[in-house]
Order: sequence, then structure tokens, then C-alpha cells
Amino acid sequence: MKIKVGLGSCGIAAGGRKVLKSLQDGAKKYNLDVEIEETGCIGMCFFEPIVDIVTDEGTYSYGFVDENIAKEIIENHIKEGKVLEDNLIYTSENPPNYTKKQHKIALENCGVINPEKIEEYIEKDGYKGITKVLEDMSQEDVIQEIKDSGLRGRGGAGFPTWFKWNAALQSKGNQKYMVCNADEGDPGAFMDRSVLEGDPHRIIEGMLIGGYAIGASEGIIYCRAEYPLAIERLEKAMAQAKKNNYLGENILGTDFTFNLRIKKGAGAFVCGEETALIESLEGKRGMPRLKPPFPAQSGYWREPTNINNVETLANVPWIISKGAEAFSSVGSEKSKGTKVFALSGKIKNGGLVEIPMGMTLREVIFDIGGGIKKDKKFKAVQMGGPSGGCIPAELLDTPVTYENINATGAIMGSGGMVVMDETTCMVDIAKFFLDFTCKESCGKCTYCRVGTKRMLEILERISKGKGKIEDLDELEQLGNSIKDGSLCGLGQTAPNPVLTGLRYFRDEYEAHIVDKKCPAKKCEALLTYTIDPEKCTGCTLCARNCPTDAISGKVKEIHKIDQDLCIKCGNCFDVCNFDAVNVE
Amino acid sequence: MCDNCSGVEFKKNFRDEKVNLELITPVIEKYGKSKGNLINVLQEMQDIYGYLPLSGMDYLAEKTDNKKATIYGVATFYTQFRLNPIGKYLVLQCQGTACHVNGSKEVSKAICKELDIKPGDTTEDGLFTVEDVACLGCCSLAPVMMINGEAYGNLTPGKAVKVIKDLRKKALEGDTNEN
Ligand SMILES: Cc1cc2nc3c(=O)[nH]c(=O)nc-3n(C[C@H](O)[C@H](O)[C@H](O)COP(=O)(O)O)c2cc1C
Ligand code: FES
Repeated sequence: MKIKVGLGSCGIAAGGRKVLKSLQDGAKKYNLDVEIEETGCIGMCFFEPIVDIVTDEGTYSYGFVDENIAKEIIENHIKEGKVLEDNLIYTSENPPNYTKKQHKIALENCGVINPEKIEEYIEKDGYKGITKVLEDMSQEDVIQEIKDSGLRGRGGAGFPTWFKWNAALQSKGNQKYMVCNADEGDPGAFMDRSVLEGDPHRIIEGMLIGGYAIGASEGIIYCRAEYPLAIERLEKAMAQAKKNNYLGENILGTDFTFNLRIKKGAGAFVCGEETALIESLEGKRGMPRLKPPFPAQSGYWREPTNINNVETLANVPWIISKGAEAFSSVGSEKSKGTKVFALSGKIKNGGLVEIPMGMTLREVIFDIGGGIKKDKKFKAVQMGGPSGGCIPAELLDTPVTYENINATGAIMGSGGMVVMDETTCMVDIAKFFLDFTCKESCGKCTYCRVGTKRMLEILERISKGKGKIEDLDELEQLGNSIKDGSLCGLGQTAPNPVLTGLRYFRDEYEAHIVDKKCPAKKCEALLTYTIDPEKCTGCTLCARNCPTDAISGKVKEIHKIDQDLCIKCGNCFDVCNFDAVNVE
Repeated sequence: MCDNCSGVEFKKNFRDEKVNLELITPVIEKYGKSKGNLINVLQEMQDIYGYLPLSGMDYLAEKTDNKKATIYGVATFYTQFRLNPIGKYLVLQCQGTACHVNGSKEVSKAICKELDIKPGDTTEDGLFTVEDVACLGCCSLAPVMMINGEAYGNLTPGKAVKVIKDLRKKALEGDTNEN
């Protein structure tokens, strides 16, 4: 029998470490012969902390475990064999919808193996891909296999992976470099982090295969400094791989040599863009370079360089060991394989999901994600983060493929999927993203630097009820000019959130401008909170929950909000049990 | 940077404290003069002092081939680098998309009002520094904040303020106990 505790960043944030400690203490106290292990994120972040009991008969998963429940698990389940029905979320015999509709390739080991043990990775066919490559595949064979699989980059643009590899193989240089882009900058996305934390050896193997294919003997993983756990696990994995002769000189007795190192980023969204990333690798400010020449011709220290996203690389060992055919049989005509998404926002089951390409948004959000929190009305789903857009309810049946998502004006992106309900204001969301890109613009191109600022100012004006109807045309014009006038993907896509907003939610913009109203009741300047004296019972609940003490009134007396102190946080509205708080 | 502009206005953003420069000598030696390591050196410098002191950066310029302007340029480009010391508690409030949709702005406002500072600043008593970050990677628990490495999820403005108040109480009690 084995106990596994999910200790990805999400599990730890939810209190997983305390649970682990409690389980260990319990097992020691009763002298139980049971292995207690850490594992990565299984994807069901909304149930964290999660504890799995793996027995010969099957797996029992407990959710929302705290220290006390952990104690009970030890005392009842482990010691006496009595299952705690109340805390059980599912068993392997009866998996939930959340997992049934998924198809795991990149995430197949996440939350299953102990990421800190190379043996467990090897047991799951790990390093079989690179062994096969070194035994009987030429560089061209590898590239052909990847071409046949139809794998496209998962970092955002969806460029065919084989094409980039081939370009790097064909170009001449003294030293070639294989780089992994683990800068995951989309705010609200954590797919790459989970893979790095949950299955680091897979990324190493992907890097090895790619390095072999393009002829690189040096690899670099550029990882966000905000992901300390991912870096720690990668470092451990690299040391183990080196010990087992999967990294370093003469790998597996061949003349293939590959050295890998990690470079920590320092917090700049634009460094996810490949040429800015290269500048940053060289220790400089992360300002994008003009393309062409592409990194495949002239990248890190002006040598041929290939850059791939984490998830792209996670698919590579699987494709090599299981064959291109197995991969290309999943997905749609032009978008092969699976895609990992971080489901979040106003969704019931937020977490990590891996779906076969071609599944509709509706299936992802409602069948897997369980629908909207508090059963409110679905309004839109944001894909592609600051470079993407909001897809409205009418288009819920859009299949998730590169082509279909692009046609909506959003992009597939790296995998952020933020769900919004009727209380999300589309002007506010556009403003949020523009504020982000405006701050993150590196400042090199005038259109991106100044243009995004001007767009943000217009949006701010609109959200304060001071917009003019001409503003909408101006936003469109400016947006299109920024797209044309920017060097890199940041500026070229920054207007997307506004442009898709205008395309699908123009009436909401107009409501702000013409009626001076925010239909979602979000834009503060257009709202006032008051207490209805008819309905107020003087229960004091609102006053006690007001973070700024703006509400006055004694027990059983009618309460009043001081408008000067009110920060419009909406707390009183949320807590009132008598609908006595009005917002207009 | 020329001498005319190396002073006044620009440097107001930096903090110049007398720090023990010997502490970074080994770091500078470790990376030597090999190219491309400026970010690593600055990261380690920040680990040592908690921020990037102006004298430390000037010292680095003196000891390596990097121009002062290059160093300041990198230090101001990346959000990870701090130009001022931080408080005892570093409050990272997530402003990522998932947290935004779930009300992080209201949480942030309540925290800033309670501490009477803006994001990026430190309270006068040196207890709290508040910073905005984009996604702490716990989106399913949104809205989230992280204080000295510990994450607090599913926040409301009220809950967040309570956490701050409790920490302040703990710190103040700790102080009197020590006396
Ligand atoms: C502003 C900007 C940010 C980006 N951020 C990321 C990122 O965080 N992670 C990533 O893998 N790719 C990111 N990309 C895409 C990369 O430039 C590049 O296309 C990708 O890493 C290539 O890998 P792939 O072919 O495996 O997808 C970003 C692009 C732009 C323009
Ligand atoms: S958006 Fe806040 S944790 Fe991801």
C-alpha cells in the first residue's frame, strides 16, 4: 500500500505539506508499514489537498484533506481498512467526469509518479525515447517522425515543430543550442509549471531528443524565477539524469554529448518572446530582435538556436517511443494530439486538463469543468491571455483547434482558459489586459509603447462613464495600427482583447458610454452602494465585514454607508442575507 | 551614462545605503568576467542584501567590464529586482487573470487601505511591503496572496485584512516579548 500526497504548488498552497506531516506522524505512531510519497499536480486543483491511497485493488482519492482528516485516514483506512466515505472524491473504479473526458499525453505522469525519483520515470517508459533515438535513428529520422506526428508548438503560435528543428539542423554554426522556454508569462496559466514540477525528467528527455535532432550539445532551460519548486525539482532531476548517464558526455555510450543548465528569468513577460528570451539569456535587457534572421539561423550568441515550449517538449518522448501514428490519430485534421489547459476563473472545477484537440469549448467548460460557479450564466471564455481574446457564449460549440480558435479572433495561446460569468465586465477585462501589456511593453517600438497607453486611457475613460461614442472607432483604428507597427508578438497581439471585445460585446461598451451604466456592475465609478432602510434588519453583518468601517449603525438599527469611505468592494452586498444592499 | 546625468533625478529611484561590499566579492569572482552573467550576479546580490543597493551596483561596474548604465538598465528592466529594502513581511498580491475575475482588486484595495500604502511601497514601521504580481500559479484558489512564501487562497477583502492584522499583532507582540 502506498499513500500519495499531491504537492504541486497548488497542493502546497492549500496546505498539502501539513497533511503530509500529519500522515507521516500517524504512520509512525502506529508503526504502519506504508510508503508515503510526494507527487505532482494531478490536475484537480479545486479538490486540493488531495491524498491518494494506492492499493492492489485500486486507488482511493480523498479531497479537501486537512490535518484531522489525514489522521482519520491513517486510523481508519490504513489501519483498519475502513474507507472514509464522506471525504472520498472518487476511486479508480469510478473516475469522475473530470478525468473521463481527458486524454493524457503530456500530463500522463503528473500526479502519478514521484517527480523526485528517476526510477519511477523510467518505470513509465521514461528515457525509452532517447534510447531508441541513439540506438537506431538518424537526425533526419527523428525530424521525419516529428513531422509525421503533426506536432505543433504549444507555446502560442502553433508553428510546426519539425520545421524549426530542420531549419536549425540545416544552418551552420560553431555551436548549436537547444533552449526550453519555461517563462510561462500568461497571467492565469500554470500548465508548464505543473509539468516541470510533476514530471521534470520528461522535459530533460524532450530536450535530449531535440538536441540530438538539431545537433546541439548544449541545452538551456529558461525558467521563471517565480517557480522555485519547478527549478528545485529540475535540478534534482538533472543530477539524477547525469548520474545515470542520460546527460553529460557520451550519453549511453554513444558519441552524443549534451550538457544542460537552468537559467532563471527575472520577471518580464516579453522575455517569453523568443528573441527577447535570447537577449535575456545573454544577460541583457529583454528587448526583442528584428526577425529575420530567425533564431534557427542566428540566436544565442548569434549561433543557431532552437526554442521550444515546455509542453511541446513533453510530447516529444511520447511520440518517439509510441510512434508518430499514435499521436496523429488523436486530434483533428490539422491540429494533432492534445492540448493542456489551465481552467480557472468562474468555473466550478478549476485545474489542469488535457483534452484531445477538436473537443468543443462547451465540453471542456461544462462536462469537464462542471460549469459556472454558483450556477450563474456563462458569458465568455478568455483564451490566449494578453494576446488573446474573449469568446462569447454563441461560439461555445467551437472546436478547440488552432484554426477554429483563430477564426474567433482569440488564439489557442499557451493554454490559459479563464471562464467569465455575467458579473464580469468586458470593458474591465479589456482594461485589465491592456494595463498588463502596457506595463510589460519593453518600450522598443513606439506603437506598442505609446499606443497601448493611449488605448488604456480611452478604456479608463469609458469605464468611468466619460467615454464618447467615437472612442470605439478610435480604439479599433489604434488597435490595428499597433498590430502593424510593432516588431514582436507582444505589440502585434496586444490589441486583441479590445478588438474581440468590440466584435462580440460592443453593446456593453455602448452601455458604458451612452447610458453611463456598467451592466455587469463592476466598474466602480458607475456604481453606488446603498442600504435599503425597508429591508435592513440591523443585523450588523455588513458593518462587521466592511474592510474600511464605512458602514455605521447599531444592532437592530438601520445601517448606513458613508460614501466617502466606501471603496466599493461589494462585501456588504455579498454578505447581506436580506437583500438590503442595493448597487446601481 | 555621462557624468551630467548620473546624479540627481535618476538616482532618486535608487537607495544608497552603506552596505558591506565584501559580501558580494565571492559572487563577482564566481562569475568572473565571463559574458552573459549579469542577471545571475544581480540575482545573487539581491539574495544577499534583499535588494540592489546603489553602491553594490557601482562596485560591480568597477570590478567587471559592465558599464554602470548597463547594470542600471538591467536592474530597472526586470520586475524581480528591487531598488529598495523590503519590510519584514512581503505581501505579494496576485493580479493575474483568474484572481482579477474573482475580485483581487477589491482585496488589494482593502489591504492597501489597511496599511495606508500603495503597491510597491513599504509601511513606515518597516513591517509590510506590498507588491503586485501576475499569477502565483494557484489560480484555482483565486484570489490569492502570498506572504513570505506562504499562500493564502479564496480571499475576501475582510479575510485578507484579518491576515494582515494578525501578522501585525504577532510582530508587535514579538517585539515587546523581546524587550
Ligand atoms: C509576448 C510573448 C510572450 C510569450 N511568452 C511565451 C511563454 O511564456 N512561453 C512559451 O513557451 N512561449 C511564449 N511565447 C512564444 C515564443 O515566442 C515561442 O513562439 C515559443 O516558445 C516557441 O515554442 P514552440 O514552437 O514549442 O511553441 C511568447 C511570445 C510572445 C510574443
Ligand atoms: S491568477 Fe492569481 S494565482 Fe493565477
